[in-house]
Amino acid sequence: MNYLSIRNLSARVKGGGPLLRDVSLEVAAGEVRGLVGESGAGKSMIGKAILGILPKAVDITEGQILLDGTDLLSLPPAERRIRVGASCALIPQDPLTALNPSRRIGPQITDRLVHILGWTRSDAEARARALLGEVQINDPARVLRQYPHELSGGMRQRILIASAFAAEPKLIVADEPTTALDVTVQKQILKLIAGLQARHGTALVFVTHDLGVVSKVCQSLSVLYSGRVVEDTTVTDFFRAPKHPYSAALLAATPKYTDPSAGLKPVPDAVIAAVKAEVERG
Amino acid sequence: MALLQTLLLRLVTTAVTLFGVAVIVFFVIRVVPGNPIAMMLPPGATQADIDQLTALYGLDKSIPQQFLIWGLGVLHGDFGTSITLRQPVLALVLGRLPATLELSVMALVMAVLVGGAAALTGTRLRATKVEGGIDIANGMALSVPDFLWGLVLILVFGVLVPVFQISGRVTPSLQLPFVTNFYLVESIVRLRFDLTKDLLSHMFLPAVALAIPLAAIIGQLLKQSLKETMHLDYVTLARTQGYSEARVIWREALPNAILPTLTLVGVQFTFLIGGTVIIERLFSYEGLGNMAIDAVINRDLPLIQGIVILFAVIFTGVNLVVDLTYAALNPRLRHG
Repeated sequence: MNYLSIRNLSARVKGGGPLLRDVSLEVAAGEVRGLVGESGAGKSMIGKAILGILPKAVDITEGQILLDGTDLLSLPPAERRIRVGASCALIPQDPLTALNPSRRIGPQITDRLVHILGWTRSDAEARARALLGEVQINDPARVLRQYPHELSGGMRQRILIASAFAAEPKLIVADEPTTALDVTVQKQILKLIAGLQARHGTALVFVTHDLGVVSKVCQSLSVLYSGRVVEDTTVTDFFRAPKHPYSAALLAATPKYTDPSAGLKPVPDAVIAAVKAEVERG
Repeated sequence: MALLQTLLLRLVTTAVTLFGVAVIVFFVIRVVPGNPIAMMLPPGATQADIDQLTALYGLDKSIPQQFLIWGLGVLHGDFGTSITLRQPVLALVLGRLPATLELSVMALVMAVLVGGAAALTGTRLRATKVEGGIDIANGMALSVPDFLWGLVLILVFGVLVPVFQISGRVTPSLQLPFVTNFYLVESIVRLRFDLTKDLLSHMFLPAVALAIPLAAIIGQLLKQSLKETMHLDYVTLARTQGYSEARVIWREALPNAILPTLTLVGVQFTFLIGGTVIIERLFSYEGLGNMAIDAVINRDLPLIQGIVILFAVIFTGVNLVVDLTYAALNPRLRHG
């Protein structure tokens, strides 16, 4: 049994169209799975559904989200919240808005350990210091006393990564964690996440629209289009020979930094039309 | 250091503000019709009597001359003598100030507690009938002014179901052992809870009348900023960490959402103090506001001046406290 198993998950906007269509995917313990697709494909929605932070206007119409064999959707809300809080974590997209501006860094990392997992305050603080060291922050004790506005974007993303790993979660959802950072920092942050994931053996759901990122950190990936998984494959197979025409077109559209003269190749209209028809057909 | 500088600057601007207030009130009350001397003398007084009394209070001099004399006195702590009460203005005004302060602070505390509770409840139960009910109650509270609430309260809790006192500050027959005029505070300090109960019974309705509109404003604004804050990323992140909705609101959203409300409470509190003038009259509460109305009716020029200056001092003081609290609550301002 895989650690995370999403089965036939469908969701729609209240009084609107479908957001997720019959999505199934598996993540084994310690596995890194990429969710790729263009904006609006539903990749972030899957992450939000796992963590229970879907917008109020979104309804899950059917399906299961099995975490370690238990269907999260069948749990009462309070129990679900605590189970997710204790065993999952989120690395958010924008480090500038994901830390509470009026609270010091320390409690933002340690509160969960103390209040949800029942650690002592001093154990939690020692853990926070150790983790900040692990994400290469100098003088962790000082940073823990600082406020978010005193720190750079890169620093804040390191803190959020440390915070995500703090409770030794079994599963982390990384929601485009490098999109808001500039390119030089992106690479370091990516390395950091990959390193921590490998050391801690955490399963990782990596939401991104960047196939380059996928090739660096993921072992498997799901390609989404308009809320449906159009291809579920390993990274090796995907980059060697994508099965679905949309995947192939997406891969071809990735800009080659080694060959700038090639220009940008958009996904051809015919491919879009075909995948649209396929998704609607079900 | 920065704090000291800020305080000094505030002190200077406060002094200028108070001077401006003094000038305006001094000239305006002398220009509007109505003569304090004429009101003191019985009908048929001779011109000689009038002239004598006018000279006694210095009202025969030109207005700028009068201002100079009065202003120099104020700098020495002498605000003149009340024409009707024949006592030093400063002592009169300071004697009444505690009654008004106790009433306003009590109203403020009520408004913050009720308004805060309404905002938090409305946020916790958003998009339910409860939130709708809170919105309706807020709207009603806001659309009726404080003195009308006062009349309603007198009618309901003073006449129909007489559970509270509706007149005065304390039952006149009681023996009061107090040395200050902060009766409520002193009754608690002296553990005379029988007196505390009597004082609260008198203060309750006027305080509620003053508190209702402010509570509604606080409830509405705080709920609005909480609503915006609840959609921010750090609140969503906290949600994934296993906390209850109530804790997410209290620890993550509230400290940030409270800042705009705080500024507004400061401004509204000064309006509330202004509101005591009518409310104190309505409930015959022996505070500064009630004295102000008597002073205006009797054209007691020195007393009006003293009261207005004191109100101005309170207003600037409240604003200063708000600014300092704001800096204390908002870490982004503290280091700037």
